[in-house]
Amino acid sequence: MDYSRRSFLKSTGMGFLAFGLPPTFLVRAAGAEQSGRGKVLVVVFQRGGMDGLNVVIPFKDRAYYALRPSIAVAEPASGEARAIDLDGFYALHPALAPLKNIYDKGQLAIVHAAGSPDNSRSHFDSQDYMELGTPGIKSTPDGWLNRCLIEKRAADSPFRGVAVGPQTPRMLAGTAPTLSISSIEEFRLRNAAMAPALEKLYANSNDPLFRRGGNSLFDAMGKLRAIESKIPASTASYPPGRLGVGLKQIARLIKADVGLEIAFAEIEGWDTHVAEGAATGQLANRLKELGDGLAAFFQDLGDRMEDVVLVTMSEFGRTARENGNRGTDHGHANVMFVLGGRVRGGKVYGRWPGLAPEVLYEGRDLDLTTDYRTVCGEVLARHLAQRELGKIFPGFRSPSSLGVVV
Amino acid sequence: MSASLSQEQKVIHFLNRTSFGPTRESVQNVNRLGLRAYLDEQLDPEKIPDSTVEEKTAGLKTMRLNTGELFNLYPPPKVAKERGAMAGEMQAPRFIIFELQQARLLRAVHSQRQLYELMVDFWNNHFNIFAAKGADRWLTTSYDRDTIRPHAFGKFRDLLLATAQSPAMLFYLDNWLSVSPNTTLTRMPANARRRGLNENYAREIMELHTLGVDGGYTQQDVREVARCFTGWTLLRPRGDAEFHFEPRLHDPGVKTVLGTRITGGGMEDGIKVIDLLARHSSTAKFIATKLARRFVADDPPVSVVNRAAEAFRRSDGDIRTVVRTIVDSPEFYSPEVYQAKVKKPLEFAASALRATNAETRVTLQLLRYLGRMGEPLFLAQPPTGYSDLAVSWISPDMLLTRMNFAADLVSNRLDGARVQADALRDTQAFVRLIAPDSLSPATRAALAETDAREAPALLLAAPEFQRR
Repeated sequence: MDYSRRSFLKSTGMGFLAFGLPPTFLVRAAGAEQSGRGKVLVVVFQRGGMDGLNVVIPFKDRAYYALRPSIAVAEPASGEARAIDLDGFYALHPALAPLKNIYDKGQLAIVHAAGSPDNSRSHFDSQDYMELGTPGIKSTPDGWLNRCLIEKRAADSPFRGVAVGPQTPRMLAGTAPTLSISSIEEFRLRNAAMAPALEKLYANSNDPLFRRGGNSLFDAMGKLRAIESKIPASTASYPPGRLGVGLKQIARLIKADVGLEIAFAEIEGWDTHVAEGAATGQLANRLKELGDGLAAFFQDLGDRMEDVVLVTMSEFGRTARENGNRGTDHGHANVMFVLGGRVRGGKVYGRWPGLAPEVLYEGRDLDLTTDYRTVCGEVLARHLAQRELGKIFPGFRSPSSLGVVV
Repeated sequence: MSASLSQEQKVIHFLNRTSFGPTRESVQNVNRLGLRAYLDEQLDPEKIPDSTVEEKTAGLKTMRLNTGELFNLYPPPKVAKERGAMAGEMQAPRFIIFELQQARLLRAVHSQRQLYELMVDFWNNHFNIFAAKGADRWLTTSYDRDTIRPHAFGKFRDLLLATAQSPAMLFYLDNWLSVSPNTTLTRMPANARRRGLNENYAREIMELHTLGVDGGYTQQDVREVARCFTGWTLLRPRGDAEFHFEPRLHDPGVKTVLGTRITGGGMEDGIKVIDLLARHSSTAKFIATKLARRFVADDPPVSVVNRAAEAFRRSDGDIRTVVRTIVDSPEFYSPEVYQAKVKKPLEFAASALRATNAETRVTLQLLRYLGRMGEPLFLAQPPTGYSDLAVSWISPDMLLTRMNFAADLVSNRLDGARVQADALRDTQAFVRLIAPDSLSPATRAALAETDAREAPALLLAAPEFQRR
């Protein structure tokens, strides 16, 4: 097996460890901060624990086929229902075909054997840890995306941090104000006749907390009403479901230039314990929704992807070996996608740890070679000019740099 | 605000803090009995007849079922499929949580034992579990009914022990999986296959349940407490779950917790930790602070906290005594803390339903509103529970949801709540229930420009009603 070829990529970031930044970058970032078109980070969380080994398939690692007699995805050379070759070692699940084009354009980077280092195999704990940005520590009061908004003091917009969905996810929750919007259309007073009186009441209130909250609310509602008329109907066709609806709204907010910096969307249904399927089936259906959604988002934003980086993550990967129910159980390392105009894509990053029994994590799972905070930290530093990474991911110093973002 | 509260303001303030919001009836009762006697009555809930809420919750049959029965009647989808039954919405595990949520809201709105229900909510939140985590879907009903409610006004130590041995907590904070790293058994029970300590509960019992994060424990204490609790596990977590001490999983060695040597091994080790923590001075201070934050202010006066902590120590953690001490404090009625608290969503919704005297039957729409305000009942995922700080509850989207709730409620567009328009016609009477002689100029001005029919909705949506 040729591991040496994909042994750690040394090209770019080496030399400034732990997100230390080269001066030239600081100059460029400072310039970007002042330009009208803001940079945006979008996080897509895949709840349930995606089976990364069946998403970006290490088809040259023959152990993969031995571990998964009934659910392995056939290698690229094999004809029908085959994986899509990426680089001669890894291949993309066929349901993700819409992403191949983006990968080839160099705007999709993949990081394999990545994730949260904590060994919890509980969905809830692992999601918490990933969202708080402090694997192993549950008492962290806020999510790491919220800390980004605190650390990066920018223009005061009600849309700086937006989650699509009814509730604020833990990753975005904290003291910095954020919006969670289920639907742009429903973000309005149900009794519109009351709006002028309430807006005035809150604007004149001698209660500073509510005056601020009310002002943000009416500001956001006003801006949203303006967007509605300003934004043409999207020509991209998003897949039905929560992710598509969410990404579509995020794209609208980005195009409307309302000051969006951080957006969060999620897609559920990855907990494939039983009948996971291979090229088709349960996982393939989820991947189709994911791939179609990301591709629609990419197409919808067009050139505007220059200002956007989208990162996907899931709380853990799944067992390397398939279980007795043609599914997989909770595991460890996973695969992450990084999409965007300024992404150094067309490449699978991360050291491949192998799938031989002696190198499996705790004897059963893909081992982790890249902490998700390395990936996210790099995006934050290079894309959002975030300088206080120690406050975003307290206690974490990245052992390496990937160079995923220009 | 003047130098001291008027009598009318005192009564409203008292009811805002010791109930889920004033009603015309409760104001009359306080006026009749006096504040002190009313508090005495509330502190003795067994003696208060509560037939209205009993009737209203009588139809919630899951509230009376034990865990085994719940698991059988509302099996996980996989089990339902194996049985060949088509699992309908009404047979899904989430129906259990739906009924729990209904009961919580109905009790908040209609119970005569308001202070007791408020304390049940407080302790459920203090000892938070997440009802949607795995087996907790079937365990939370018993947790609320058999663990929290019997001890809500009792001794803190008993409440702490009850939670430590509750299947819901053992599952939620993983202690049931925590196993002595030294165990040499070859045939291990199924849940011991992942050998080793799980520090989750050991950490949270000190950080969140007793000492507080600055309460003076170390990482070493966390490990030692985890060792003491090895063997505190569960039988049949998905079924007729019950607490079980399993000696084969227990680490019998000597431990040192907070400087105290714990010897002997066995289940007693965990009991000793419970006693040690329940009677630790940091715990008295931590619980006193949290209760003072609930009843007085986000950042409560040190004098109140000290008095409450002293009451906690003197009474061996008698919750009733501590609550009485706080509510009896002169600082409780100081103008600085009048309207100083922001209502949590449950407090907001319940107080609105109470103030409008709405005929309430809890529906999905009502509960969805609570979810969108940020407090889906029994569904706080983190062990910290829901925040009791103003800043957590007034994001723009949460405010919008409160405004929409107010408008829907008053115009009878809220499925599950029926308001008699006549009852709200007297705007001034409604104002006296919310902020007697203390409406802000902005709210007064808005009210003057508003049609009398819209006035109640405007008042419920105004900042004054978001506070208590």
